[in-house]
Amino acid sequence: MKGRKLILYTAALLFTLVAPFIMPDFKTQLATLWLMIIVALTWDMTGGQMGYNSLGNIFFYGTGMYVAAVICIALTHDVGAYTNAFSGQIYTFTNAEYFTGVMVGILGAGIFCSVCALVIGYLTFGLRGPYFAIGTLGVAIAAGELVSNWDWVGGGQGISLPVYPYDLEQGKVFFYALFAGTGVLLFIFLRWLYTTRFGAAINAIRDDEEKAEAMGIHTLRYKLTTWSIAAFFVGVAGGISAFQLIHFEPLETAYQTINLGIFMVVCVLLGGKGTLWGPVIGAIIFHLFKEVTWNYLLGWQWVALGALIVITVVYFRDGIMGWLMSVKPEWFGIRVEKKAEDAMQEAGT
Amino acid sequence: MDQILFNLSLLGEYPIVNLKIIIDGIMIGALFALAAYGLALVWGVMNVKNLAQGDFVIAGGYVSWWLAKYGVHPLLGVPVAFIVMWGVGWVVYKLVITRVVEKDLFTSLLATFGIAIMMAQILNLLFGSDTQSIKLDYDTLYFFDGFIDVPIAKLIGVLLAATLATCVIIFMKSSRMGQAIRATSQDARAARVLGIDTEKVYAFTFSLNSAICGAAGAIVVMVWVIQPFYGITHSIRAFVIVTAAGLGNLPGVIAAGLGIGALEQYGSHIFGIGYQQAIAVMLLLAVLLFRLVQQKRDRKSLQ
Repeated sequence: MKGRKLILYTAALLFTLVAPFIMPDFKTQLATLWLMIIVALTWDMTGGQMGYNSLGNIFFYGTGMYVAAVICIALTHDVGAYTNAFSGQIYTFTNAEYFTGVMVGILGAGIFCSVCALVIGYLTFGLRGPYFAIGTLGVAIAAGELVSNWDWVGGGQGISLPVYPYDLEQGKVFFYALFAGTGVLLFIFLRWLYTTRFGAAINAIRDDEEKAEAMGIHTLRYKLTTWSIAAFFVGVAGGISAFQLIHFEPLETAYQTINLGIFMVVCVLLGGKGTLWGPVIGAIIFHLFKEVTWNYLLGWQWVALGALIVITVVYFRDGIMGWLMSVKPEWFGIRVEKKAEDAMQEAGT
Repeated sequence: MDQILFNLSLLGEYPIVNLKIIIDGIMIGALFALAAYGLALVWGVMNVKNLAQGDFVIAGGYVSWWLAKYGVHPLLGVPVAFIVMWGVGWVVYKLVITRVVEKDLFTSLLATFGIAIMMAQILNLLFGSDTQSIKLDYDTLYFFDGFIDVPIAKLIGVLLAATLATCVIIFMKSSRMGQAIRATSQDARAARVLGIDTEKVYAFTFSLNSAICGAAGAIVVMVWVIQPFYGITHSIRAFVIVTAAGLGNLPGVIAAGLGIGALEQYGSHIFGIGYQQAIAVMLLLAVLLFRLVQQKRDRKSLQ
């Protein structure tokens, strides 16, 4: 079993490395797929493992975008003048400035978002269940509306960032590598995290928060730590997206509450809540579904998407991993003692 | 910033402006209260938090708007929207809601969010994404040297909303079905034991909610504007009102609805019309935080 798992992981890693070269036309698609995997995995940290269904994780994505962009610009230029649409001035970035801007911006975005998560979490973690979902959704919508009225960061126009300075095809590989690197790092980190005492503690919070507290777990600290880790990675992903998309605006791209904000939840539910592989599988299937409907059902794609959400939520709640677990429990090391059951029945009759 | 200060000083200099804002707010707030009452009904009876509430409102508005295009009088659109949306609500209930009633709350929240996305997009495909409204050719009443203008169309809208609300309240208080609904909301299991078909009650409640929203929408299109994607803001307003007022507190819902209408008008007067959506959402956050602090005093959490 151990050997087989090792082969599986090595194959997945190898595929990740060669994917942009064997499918050169789909580099951006693959990068977006990694983005979906990152946001799905981070959503599952709070939603699946800790039982706090946030609808507002998109807040960190949008904030990450803006923070990364502002840091990148502020390192060399004046942000207010740069975002002023009427100045007509052309701003240039040297290669060194661009790459420092990208790296510092992405890291800064992650750190800023995890601090945001601490503050917002401190205010909202008293809300439970649906109130938490609505409250965080409110935070994300409000942030988008406020940013779109904030002229210093470009208002409703958004921000345009410099283009990747070398060959554009190479740039696509560069952004793919950034996304994939973050995703692999996140996956390895979560795989370790869920086996530790910390993982057990957040699962306890999901199962029964009052009892977990009674057992001496400082629940608020655990919740804040989990959310700020999740926010860090979403912020990093947002920062990378900002440089990949070059231009973004607040309501449809950055704080896209009903697009990516709900996609990540659907990915996790489709794959299976509270499992390590579920979000990854869900993100892959969802991304395929989305691209197919976007290509062949144009106009009706949102209807198809809404239907997918409803069907997943209503009829397919355990997701693919949950379904596999009930069909093939031995794959997950769950031993089903059929004989004991039969013996019980025989004894009964 | 200067603009905000100037707007604030305007309120102080001309107290009559306050009155105008409050009257405008109350007239809009009456419609918010109607949709919120439907939400409180569904929430209280079947414990489903319906995020598609606002889209039912918008859909009702489009029913009336579409009829008006063919020459049907907009006032007649209100009962038609009520009936059409009753049917839509019944279909939605039978297809989706009946399967999430017994599940945990996040399931119903997400399922209705999916419905909201579908409805908004279907409306967009059918009617286009322009904002629409119906102009009623009634006079406008002027008070205080023309400082305050009250279009009669808006007055009619408020009166219709009040009539509808009164009818629903009388229905809930005195009819057999209303009694069954109230019994189910108190204890569904006991109601089943006593021979109430709760499935039928749930279907009726959800359809009634959808119909109320539809009628509210048919009034909204007369006094305001509709657009396929405005639904989510209406849903959020309904949530703000119900969260602030609590379930089963009808006077509270009405008061909160009128209050939120007025607060929104104040907000968009002071900060500018661009902040209107933001203000609705900020009010939600403010109400949630206020309730949270309230609960924290008793070492409880809001659930």
